[in-house]
Amino acid sequence: MLKVTDLHAEINGREILRGINLEVKPGEVHAIMGPNGSGKSTLSMVLAGNPSYHVTSGKVEFYGKDLLAMEPEARSHEGVFLGFQYPVEIPGVSMVNFMRAAVNAKREYFGEPAIGAAEFLKLMREKRAVVDLDNKLASRSVNEGFSGGEKKRNEIFQMAVLEPKLSILDETDSGLDIDALRIVATGVTKLKTPENATIVITHYQRLLDYIKPDFVHILYKGRIVMTGGPELALELEERGYDWIKEENKD
Amino acid sequence: MGALEQYLELYRTHRQVIDENGAEVINALRPAAYSILEGGRLPRRGDENYKNVDVEGLLAPDYGINLLKKELKVNPEMSLRCDLPVISTSILMNVNDTFAARRDALDTLPDGVDVGSLREFAGIEQEEVKAYYGKIADMSNPLVALNTLLAQDGLYLRVRRGVQLDQPIQLINILSSVYPLMAVRRILIVVEEGAAVKLLACDHTQRAGVEMMDLETIEVHVAAGAHFDYYHIEESSDSTRRLSTLYVEQEEGSHVNINGTTLSNGITRNEYYCRLMGREAELRLYGMGILDGDRVLGTYSHIDHRASHCKSNELFKMTADDRGNGAFTGRIHVAEGAVKTEAYQASRNLVGSEGARIDSKPQLEIYNDDVKCSHGCAIGQLDPMQIFYMRTRGIKEERARHLLRQAFMADVIDAIDWAPLRDKLHLLTERRFAGVRSACGGCKACNLKTGE
Repeated sequence: MLKVTDLHAEINGREILRGINLEVKPGEVHAIMGPNGSGKSTLSMVLAGNPSYHVTSGKVEFYGKDLLAMEPEARSHEGVFLGFQYPVEIPGVSMVNFMRAAVNAKREYFGEPAIGAAEFLKLMREKRAVVDLDNKLASRSVNEGFSGGEKKRNEIFQMAVLEPKLSILDETDSGLDIDALRIVATGVTKLKTPENATIVITHYQRLLDYIKPDFVHILYKGRIVMTGGPELALELEERGYDWIKEENKD
Repeated sequence: MGALEQYLELYRTHRQVIDENGAEVINALRPAAYSILEGGRLPRRGDENYKNVDVEGLLAPDYGINLLKKELKVNPEMSLRCDLPVISTSILMNVNDTFAARRDALDTLPDGVDVGSLREFAGIEQEEVKAYYGKIADMSNPLVALNTLLAQDGLYLRVRRGVQLDQPIQLINILSSVYPLMAVRRILIVVEEGAAVKLLACDHTQRAGVEMMDLETIEVHVAAGAHFDYYHIEESSDSTRRLSTLYVEQEEGSHVNINGTTLSNGITRNEYYCRLMGREAELRLYGMGILDGDRVLGTYSHIDHRASHCKSNELFKMTADDRGNGAFTGRIHVAEGAVKTEAYQASRNLVGSEGARIDSKPQLEIYNDDVKCSHGCAIGQLDPMQIFYMRTRGIKEERARHLLRQAFMADVIDAIDWAPLRDKLHLLTERRFAGVRSACGGCKACNLKTGE
């Protein structure tokens, strides 16, 4: 599904990713962990196509296609979803209009007609249930005045609507209390199929109690310095990141 | 010959014709206007408060003026299609600067509403017209003086004491000519004590490509406890020049709500002068402009708090793209005795390209301590993170920009206290940002040549 080869990227002239290699197959869950500033969020932004980040070398294939050559909207249509660490507030654009624009953009991309009003309402209702998202949020502006938990639930709701093949969840657990974390994690688990894959970016083991990873990667200074199974996350929880830093001194 | 001199000469040469096709009350002020203009000059670009509109240059061409008030044929069916649907049953029309009656429309209005041609009513209700005509607008403003020198007709609207209209009145101002033409339109509105009326004015230009000058002065008197809403939408052509001056005076406890939309235009200068004369009067002055291509919009506002316990709330928003140019100058004056004044002003703007330009100049002058006043001004760009967020959900970049611009204008539109117009304006701005040119809903009247 996804094949990242020797990926280097920078922002404002500062190199953040310094040779990432990663392969994700359908049905897999990958966790990417690492200390602050190791490049976790940069990796997610680069995969989603944030134009502020510049790829200096390396390649990313998604089902054999050159992902880096695609506009962010095309990546979305092809099946890449980014759940934001800080979901963006868009005052004045209602959730309903936002979701309708998103759904119809995807349909247009695949040459399908725009969604009918009744069908759209049904879809919204169905997908809201995945994360128990309050209907009253639908008439509000995107993420505006949402609590931290509502914002993250809203991300998973959007993921449910768009049905991506690869979901990259960037620190979806940050800022969540235990109940919200459970709802969000359960939502992600409900959306799991043998055909789709998930990359979970997180600081802590906590989220991985709910979303069981097949692989755990440790990102440090822009490289994946260690890969293991779920037990690696537990080891990190116990020992912290200092030993990783020690082992990877320049 | 200078721009101004040609109009002075026109007046000297054709004074008789101008007067014959005017009315006594209207004619009476011409000599005063003439002596104010004589020896002076018209404002130029760069003069104080004339940031981006060169009045003198715009008035330099030799426009034709319909001094004989010959009736121009406009297909009413065609212009009817310009109506904002389901909005009003009371539709009036000015063709250039001449009132074109629509009998059926007038019949639907209740007793106590006098509406029609200014020049006719200047005869029928001579005393009332005389009491206000030229008394609210300030003749030291050269645009007002020039309008007063040449004006012959326009609209008169008087809502008598205590009469409250549920149904808004819609005024369609159509500019229509095959040759370059200047319309000198004059509007006088008197809302008497405790009366209430909403007026929607839509400005259209019927032929693209013909140079049109719209020189308009509006005077509004809002008596104690009266309500007046004035919604203005300009949807003209690239070659339309508009110089509009609106003067409003408010008495005690009156409410005025002004909302101006420049949806598409050529070069426009809108001036708003609002005087709060009686205590507890309230004013909301909102406006927006969408400036792409080479469109120019200059807004000048002067809110004068002369009485105590009054409130004013002002918000103007513009977006400028391509080579669009917008300027806002907003002055709020709070007089010495005007204690407990609340006055808020905001100018917020989005600049979307290298060649676009926005200037904003807020001015607040306060002459007493017991007030709540604020002003704010922002000129910025769309947030790249908002655009990226939408793109990750599959929304095309252009569409994301449209949605964000549309959202930016939402609070100006939402301040309109009339749901059908609000809904329609949301739709019109959405279509405008999406690049649909004739926003009237496929009406051909405004865009005969392009056929859009």
